[in-house]
Amino acid sequence: MNERNERIHGVACTFRKVSDVFHAAEKVRDAGWKNWDVHTPFPIHGMDQAMGLPRSPVPRLTLLGGVTGFITGCLLTWYMNSYDYPLIVGGKPYWSVIFPFPVLYECTILFAAFGTFFGQFIFNRLPRHNHPLFELPNFARVSDDTFMIVLEARDPQFHPDESRNFLQSLGGQEITVIRD
Amino acid sequence: MFGVALFVASFTFIGLGYLVATGTGTWGLRSPVGWGWAIVNFVFWVGIGHAGTLISAILCLLRQKWRTSINRAAEAMTIFAVCCAGLFPLFHVGRVWFGWWLLPLPNQNGIWPQFRSPLEWDVFAVSTYFTVSALFWYMGMIPDLGTIRDRATTWWRKAFYSVLAMGWRGGNRQWSNFEMAYLLLAGLSTPLVLSVHTIVSFDFAVSNVPGWHTTIFPPYFVAGAIFSGFAMVLTLMLPLRAIYRLHDVINQYHIDNMCKIILATGTMVGYAYATEFFIAAYSGNSFEKFAFVNRAFGQYAWAYWIMVSCNVITPQLFWFKKVRENHSLVWIICLFVNVGMWFERFVITITSLANDYLPSSWGYYSPTIVDIFTFFGTFGFFSVLFLLFVRFLPLLPMAEVKMVAPQADPHAH
Repeated sequence: MNERNERIHGVACTFRKVSDVFHAAEKVRDAGWKNWDVHTPFPIHGMDQAMGLPRSPVPRLTLLGGVTGFITGCLLTWYMNSYDYPLIVGGKPYWSVIFPFPVLYECTILFAAFGTFFGQFIFNRLPRHNHPLFELPNFARVSDDTFMIVLEARDPQFHPDESRNFLQSLGGQEITVIRD
Repeated sequence: MFGVALFVASFTFIGLGYLVATGTGTWGLRSPVGWGWAIVNFVFWVGIGHAGTLISAILCLLRQKWRTSINRAAEAMTIFAVCCAGLFPLFHVGRVWFGWWLLPLPNQNGIWPQFRSPLEWDVFAVSTYFTVSALFWYMGMIPDLGTIRDRATTWWRKAFYSVLAMGWRGGNRQWSNFEMAYLLLAGLSTPLVLSVHTIVSFDFAVSNVPGWHTTIFPPYFVAGAIFSGFAMVLTLMLPLRAIYRLHDVINQYHIDNMCKIILATGTMVGYAYATEFFIAAYSGNSFEKFAFVNRAFGQYAWAYWIMVSCNVITPQLFWFKKVRENHSLVWIICLFVNVGMWFERFVITITSLANDYLPSSWGYYSPTIVDIFTFFGTFGFFSVLFLLFVRFLPLLPMAEVKMVAPQADPHAH
């Protein structure tokens, strides 16, 4: 990577129609790009395949959260009602999985939801308010009715002029260079 | 309107303030009825919340596209209804400053909560429900908050929505994780919503009181919750639709679907009432039999028949297309359902307690002015929160509505 590229975040172009950006994304994928993204106002059905993205890793944190929650619930009820201050109720065992089951169930769901919610932020690297894309004047329209493909400078295939031409060949409009 | 809502809300705070200063006796609670309006109102408000989760989570899993136009407002309704619900048991404990004894913390004697109690299960269920609903609601709003941020014209709006939008950029790599997380939260909310009202019904069903100690309670409570919740969704959405001219986003198809759900769940509730009577007759238990005959023909018969006419008879009008298309009529029927479902909880709670095993301990419960103030005020409290939401947050899930539009299909031309 030469010195000039280091000050550039990438190049961007816009599309007005879903089918155009969809087919353009397939071509970028087939050209072997790794560091690029399609910015859209809503999730486009099938775009993950069109971009060649793997399955989202969020479910791993959901599972981790759920297991943690169940164990936390077990430890909580066992420690409080059977270890630290044993309660004798009707000659029943101090602790079993039956009587606190609603508590274990709710803890499982609560922690799994935390895993999912924070997992989304972790894998999306959010919150981040200083992204170079926010400096683009036409980026504000991407959350309304415009679609944008961004090729990033850190991709080994990136070359300022060739990548512009590549975007042009895909039918992209308003091709702009994003400065870091 | 906001001022009116604030004024109404002040009734709750006056009522609760007086209660804290005096004691729960001011709520008309005395032997034999120790659970009065507070528990009735709690179950009423929690039940209302359930339609929001049903719309946002269960209909999302079932890929019902019509849910998109109403899900945001319905989720907001859930959260605010749970806020109202939570007030009642919290103050019902009497010494509200000891409310933290319900949490898994040791009190000054080193005693922990008792996890065999359905009331303790309720603490976990309702607080989990509130937390997960709030996370789900907020996460769904992030892309729309990004849209508002990008359209903001004043610096303070920009700053406010930037913080809330968390720097959302709408990249497909973000959407991929977002959609997965959204789907998972929907999947988690589904068993959660069913468990919450199940556990609320355990408050009754686990006790040994005739009329409460039945296994039908969990499904019956869940059906009733969905029923009352959809009625509340329509009660709120029909005026909103008229005020904000949302006729293209919330159209006849949505109203039809909601009316049909009310009809279906209302019929289920009616069926449950009949089943309760059958099981009581079939049980051979004289206390159980008496509890049900007493409900229909005893000292609270007036409440029972209000309940039956509002919950079982009025929704049957939704069989007719003409009724479903007449929105003022739909709104009035929904008000009847709201009233009927409140009376259902009243009938269940009060009749069983007022006339249990020993005739010598029977009594007649009536609410006091403090009860009425507190309950009346929660409608204001709810309206304050809902009006703030309508003013400052995206009422319609914009990204989701765009997603289901025909232009969003990449293979369309």
